[in-house]
Amino acid sequence: MPGSVQSIERAAAILRLLARGSGRLGVGEISTSLGLAKGTTHGILKTLQDVGFVEQDKASGKYQLGATLLHLGTSYLDVNELRSRAINWADALASRSGEAVRIGTPLDGKVLVVHHVFRPDDSLQTLDTGTLLPVHATALGKILLAYDSGVAAEVAGATPEQYTRRTLVTPAALRKAVTEVREQGWAGEAEEYAAGQASIAAPIRGYGGYVVGAISIAGSVDRLFPASGRVDQSLVTFVQNAARAISRDLGAGRW
Amino acid sequence: MVARYVMSVDQGTTSTRCILFDQGGRLVSVTQREHRQRYPKPGWVEHDATEIWRNLEHMAPEALARAGVDASQVAALGIANQRETTVLWDRHTGVPVGRAVVWQDTRTDELVEQYASRPGAELVLERSGLPLATYFSAPRLRWLLDHTPGLYERAERGDVLFGTMESWLVWNFTGGVDGGVHVTDVTNASRTLLMNIETLQWDKDLLDFFGIPAAMLPEIRSNAELYGTATRAVPGVRISAALGDQQAALFGQTCFAQGEAKCTYGTGSFLLLNTGTVPVRSSHGLLTTVGYRIGDEPAVYALEGSIAVTGSLVQWFRDSLGLIQTAPEIETLARTVEDNGGCYIVPAFSGLFAPHWRADARGIIVGLTSYITKGHLARAVLEATGWQTREVVDAMNADSGLELRSLKVDGGMTADNLLMQFIADVLPAPVVRPMVAETVSLGAAYAAGLAVGYWPDLEGLRRNWHRAAQWLPTMDATRRESEYANWKRAVERTFGWVRPNTNTAG
Repeated sequence: MPGSVQSIERAAAILRLLARGSGRLGVGEISTSLGLAKGTTHGILKTLQDVGFVEQDKASGKYQLGATLLHLGTSYLDVNELRSRAINWADALASRSGEAVRIGTPLDGKVLVVHHVFRPDDSLQTLDTGTLLPVHATALGKILLAYDSGVAAEVAGATPEQYTRRTLVTPAALRKAVTEVREQGWAGEAEEYAAGQASIAAPIRGYGGYVVGAISIAGSVDRLFPASGRVDQSLVTFVQNAARAISRDLGAGRW
Repeated sequence: MVARYVMSVDQGTTSTRCILFDQGGRLVSVTQREHRQRYPKPGWVEHDATEIWRNLEHMAPEALARAGVDASQVAALGIANQRETTVLWDRHTGVPVGRAVVWQDTRTDELVEQYASRPGAELVLERSGLPLATYFSAPRLRWLLDHTPGLYERAERGDVLFGTMESWLVWNFTGGVDGGVHVTDVTNASRTLLMNIETLQWDKDLLDFFGIPAAMLPEIRSNAELYGTATRAVPGVRISAALGDQQAALFGQTCFAQGEAKCTYGTGSFLLLNTGTVPVRSSHGLLTTVGYRIGDEPAVYALEGSIAVTGSLVQWFRDSLGLIQTAPEIETLARTVEDNGGCYIVPAFSGLFAPHWRADARGIIVGLTSYITKGHLARAVLEATGWQTREVVDAMNADSGLELRSLKVDGGMTADNLLMQFIADVLPAPVVRPMVAETVSLGAAYAAGLAVGYWPDLEGLRRNWHRAAQWLPTMDATRRESEYANWKRAVERTFGWVRPNTNTAG
């Protein structure tokens, strides 16, 4: 086991100190209490302030625990809230791509469809919000596998179901697919879930850049992967732009 | 540069939004800013018109910047606005006279009662198509004239101008004190109680009845024609449309044919039915209003069912009861239970609007037992919106003699799947959401684009409409009828709670 990181230990000590007592302390008091040089303390405080874990009172210049830290344990995103925030961008994606759009979040090792926009051709379609999709055979699922360690852990022991002859079922094939997703920033799937069908997905990031779900388009494999099975790059761009717009609205910042 | 976009401004009750649309009617960029709600006394609601204009002056260029577009690429700008909110300002300084009095404000209730008993009061409904109520602009304007010393004289001289929000914004866009254009449109004018619903002009008898000087009124124009060119905020952009927000949504939903209807779910909810080129008088508590008018073409009329409290009930559940953190969480909480557990909420917070129009009603929660949890309350909150829709649809069907076959919906609450399913269940009829839920903004953009030839005709706009989601009725008919009967009994219990001239605070 590697040795502990000194600056993290010191940061933790500062946070513990601020969590005690009245909660508001100056740099001098913190340095004295922990036996640290004032410069070192100031540097750590500055970093903690940047990530929102501590806040500096403007009037007194003293430090206290930040709001971000207080919300750390309860920062889950309600799926209905996600739909509400994403609805405009999901519509625009369906309209631009001409394909059906879905937004998925992880649920018990599956993808829960939390939002569904019809393919804009006014044909008869049925809302499938609330249904569950497999992670290994859909673009939405591959995004969650690649970016959500919880999902990856939940499906680790399970035997993936073979839906078509193209479904990825071996651990090696899935590992390779996940690596690819991480490298390119999007996921694709051509006839791995149903014959003739394909999907393309990108990650939706919440506050701080944490992946909260995925958005996809799904439709005929001939349209999504037209040139001898190669993906239509303009569709990938549409999906990624929609994912970025939603992420920005959710406060993901630089993502 | 070729003009590739249309800008729309949605000046709403709580915020103003600026959206850039492309030729396919797709969202390109959005900016939004809230403005302060001021509640100086119980029942009073005010906005600072200057704050709203400054926000827009900031947001409009920002919407362009976000899309990497400059003003020369914008074909036209259209405005949709909160209706009935009354603004007065000085023509020479551009400074508003006091604060804008918002549509929810009920300070005029005594004034309305007085005017209702005066000779000539029957003219109001006959000429304007609307009942004499605090909801509309004329009583507010009269109140301001009564309560601001010297204002009447200034208004008579034409030094003080009246407008609803679109008038104020167009005047500012087109230069303000430097040649600002003072206009309104037929839909907003149709909500003042001062416009003749047949001639679409200010009605001299109505002006006399309320004692309003004609010199302060804007010129009434159609919804889609060139009003002027912006010299501020987005210089060079043509301002070519203005509609009241609900009429804008009707237009954005492309309800261009007689018999087509939409319901917009926001703070309140508003169901509008296109009745063609003849105004239809309601005998079931609906309003006769102008739907839209394009240039010199004949005006298209609508019947409107206005529901005062829908989304704002969810906000109350969030802010005043604190049972949820965000509005969409109401669905999560409601899904923790199977049904309403026998509990009903009737949100008659400031009386009931359509189809009851009972100012003496106040809100109730009935059917409380120790079995009821916050989940049941959340269900009852959502169901209140469903049943209020059903009541308005029943009134529409009775007035028009037709049966509504499907309901086009839009607005923020359409993101709530449980609610949309419930509405389909209780109507019972398919509920359809279009690809662009922002139909208020889209409608303003459509009208503006149409006026300058960016879109050729209504058929072209219709082709942009696509179904994004559809909910079909699944509820058992027996259950629907017994639930509706319960709802009706709950509504009856709200009537007559407020007694005339009693001071409950004493």
